Amino acid sequence: MSGHHSTAGMDPNHIGHAGGSGPPSHAARAAGSKRVIAGYGFWIFLLSDIIMFAAFFASYAVLTDATAKGPSGRDLFDLHGVAWETACLLLSSFTSGIATIGVWARRKSWFYGGMAVTFVLGATFLGLELREFTSLVARDAGPSRSAFLSAFFTLVGCHGLHVTAGLLWLLTMMAQVWAKGFRPDILRRVLCFSLFWHALDIVWVALFSVVYLMGAGR
Amino acid sequence: MFGKLSWAAVPLDQPIPMIASGVVALGIFGVMALVVLKGWLPYLWREWITSVDHKRIGVMYTLLAMVMLLRGFSDAILMRSQQALAFQSPGYLPPEHYDQIFSAHGTLMIFFVAMPFVIGLMNFVVPLQLGARDVAFPTLNSVSFWLTATGALLVNISLVVGEFARTGWLPYPPLSEIAYSPGVGVDYYLWALQISGVGTLLSGVNLVTTVLKIHAPGMTYMRMPMFCWTTLASNLLIVAAFPILTATLAMLLLDRYLGFHFFTNEAGGNVMMFMNLIWAWGHPEVYILILPAFGIFSEIIPTFSGKPLFGYRSMVAATMVICILAFMVWLHHFFTMGAGADVNGIFAVTTMIIAVPTGVKVFNWLFTMFGGRIVYSVPMLWSLGFIVTFVIGGMTGVLLAVPPADFVLHNSLFLVAHFHNVIIGGVLFGSFAGYTYWFPKAFGFRLHDRLGRAAFWFWIVGFYLAFMPLYVLGLMGMTRRMQHYDVPEWHPWLIAAAAGAALILCGIMLQVAQLVVSIRHRESLRDETGDPWNGRSLEWATSSPPPAFNFAILPNVEGEDAYWGIKQHARDQAHSNEEPEYEDIEMPANTPTGVICAFFATFMGFALIWHIWWLVIVGGIGAYATFVVFAWRNETEYKIDADEVAKIDRAHRRAIRAHSDAALASS
Repeated sequence: MSGHHSTAGMDPNHIGHAGGSGPPSHAARAAGSKRVIAGYGFWIFLLSDIIMFAAFFASYAVLTDATAKGPSGRDLFDLHGVAWETACLLLSSFTSGIATIGVWARRKSWFYGGMAVTFVLGATFLGLELREFTSLVARDAGPSRSAFLSAFFTLVGCHGLHVTAGLLWLLTMMAQVWAKGFRPDILRRVLCFSLFWHALDIVWVALFSVVYLMGAGR
Repeated sequence: MFGKLSWAAVPLDQPIPMIASGVVALGIFGVMALVVLKGWLPYLWREWITSVDHKRIGVMYTLLAMVMLLRGFSDAILMRSQQALAFQSPGYLPPEHYDQIFSAHGTLMIFFVAMPFVIGLMNFVVPLQLGARDVAFPTLNSVSFWLTATGALLVNISLVVGEFARTGWLPYPPLSEIAYSPGVGVDYYLWALQISGVGTLLSGVNLVTTVLKIHAPGMTYMRMPMFCWTTLASNLLIVAAFPILTATLAMLLLDRYLGFHFFTNEAGGNVMMFMNLIWAWGHPEVYILILPAFGIFSEIIPTFSGKPLFGYRSMVAATMVICILAFMVWLHHFFTMGAGADVNGIFAVTTMIIAVPTGVKVFNWLFTMFGGRIVYSVPMLWSLGFIVTFVIGGMTGVLLAVPPADFVLHNSLFLVAHFHNVIIGGVLFGSFAGYTYWFPKAFGFRLHDRLGRAAFWFWIVGFYLAFMPLYVLGLMGMTRRMQHYDVPEWHPWLIAAAAGAALILCGIMLQVAQLVVSIRHRESLRDETGDPWNGRSLEWATSSPPPAFNFAILPNVEGEDAYWGIKQHARDQAHSNEEPEYEDIEMPANTPTGVICAFFATFMGFALIWHIWWLVIVGGIGAYATFVVFAWRNETEYKIDADEVAKIDRAHRRAIRAHSDAALASS
């Protein structure tokens, strides 16, 4: 709708534009469609989410040496398990991409398949993370042992909570497509979900590097 | 079953909170009874509570702010009278109660008065100024509002059930840790702010997307009214700063609930990290509040000077520079906490630099007025009062930015005077100016003029009488938050300050009277044309109140001061009876998602405060289920027929024509 300029004299107050086609929908879209606006807004939200992670990263960086004579990252981190977590999560980004392609092609089988594998990989990631957490707590390295461990559990746990929310969202989207089909508003939600899922991957890459690699290498 | 909650939580033995909450409860039940008995409930539910119309949500935000202003101001009256009386005596407020009052006062005024006031005005005005039909995400907007209301409700529940924080408006550890604040007061603070913070963040996302993505044809960025620019800057700051608050308060919650050690004295906890994190949010927060006020003045001053805004581009630049610099000054809030001379020096310089773009703005407003035909309307009075008051507050701020001076003035009443000077003189005056200016647009009739003037004069005189003595007291060495004192030299100044608060009370009562009188005389105050002030931007191009779809036909924008250009054009062409071709308009359908979601959030927050874990789970499932039900809707929009649009628009056109014919006849 951009670029329409009124033919002068159409309208005494010069309000209005000539030649708009189709009913204008609820917001004037000089700059894009609903899909663009939904994606744009969700990007802004993701940026704010990343700033929240940044605050947790900063607190981890400040407290990483505050071990209170307890264990440090070097004593605790098992890079083997973390590598499997990373593999699951990165692979799940790929499969969620496949689900998105399934949406584009309007192929429900690809969509369901991609989403299901994404769910399994995400759930495996969470299971591995929970196993790490419980083993740490069992070794008397729980979050109240030291400020370092508080920051560690909060940062990693915050990412884990995001993955949990993502899995819930994923199942809801599968149910929605099953019940309602590829409706435009549902397609926008799928788009936002995949943005969310990829953003969690990006956060994990930072987390893996800053927390585990740097922590184990100290 | 009920966690920590028992009948002991209700302070039956303390008369002041019981009387206060009794009055509040009576007020709420009175209003609810009236609504139900008069049969207004279906209307309220259909047209307001479930509304996703940005105008209605804006009005509700503003209403919430004004009601909370009464609550926050009653706290102020309590504090001023306590300090006036407590010379060599305990006064009438015991310390544990006094501490809750100053904490609740600050929390309410910042989060539940200033924030909803400016967010309400942005919500109402910005889509109209942009020539849009609504914000980018109308339902999300409703969710944001109701979550904010949940936060306000939780703070007010703390008056009756349990207690509020005694830690000040920012809960500094280690005092706010469970070891030193074992009660539920800090938990009330934390959960109220976490829940309303989600609302604020979502409304920030919404308004950023709206300003950047949704405008009328031809409304390019450099043609947007100044208020849209300051809205953009303010909401960018919300999106960038509020997540830090969420993270910081989450850390404190983990310390308190699960024995973590972020800010504790033991096990490596780091108290200074709290100061840095909270002010990394807290300083941008003051610009989140003041930038929209700057925008409001930038709309009002040109309108009542009959001139375009002076230096529009420099105003845009100054706004965006403030937006960036807002993140580079946070350390000046704790110069005395041992960062060292070099770090203090750098932050002192950045703080002084941020005064420069603000100065640019002040000069732009002055030059806008220079040579103009100034109309001393009520919005203009608030604007002029702001310029004088804010410049004084800004200069005391620059004084505080000098670290050696700050070491003397830190934590004193000088500081209290400074931030009230900028927040009352800036944010609140701006909100009142905007409220008076846009009220006719929202309701179709103007506010009573003489009562508005009287309210302004009581407010501004009361403000100076209440806060200038605090500067003096600060220089005399009086620290903030004192429940009683023994220094005879302080006493007269505190009595003067209490008298100032009494004048402000008169101002507030006059504002209430103004609203009541205006509603009763609304026929004689009616705004027929939709353009009562001879405005310059697009909100004045539509009727007052605007139809749900704002504009029958989206306006074409061909320059700055969009509506001014349209009016000039119309005058040049004289009047023609030709009409545009009307089309069907689709608008988002109302939904109770926001209010139901907030209903569950309220229970969840209350349950978290009192450790009622089953209710937390119920609330969480309820909120999720609400969203799923919303997502399952089939009808998301409703259609307004072209005939209906034409009918509404023709009535507006007739009113404008009648008005200009009358003006011609009389001239």
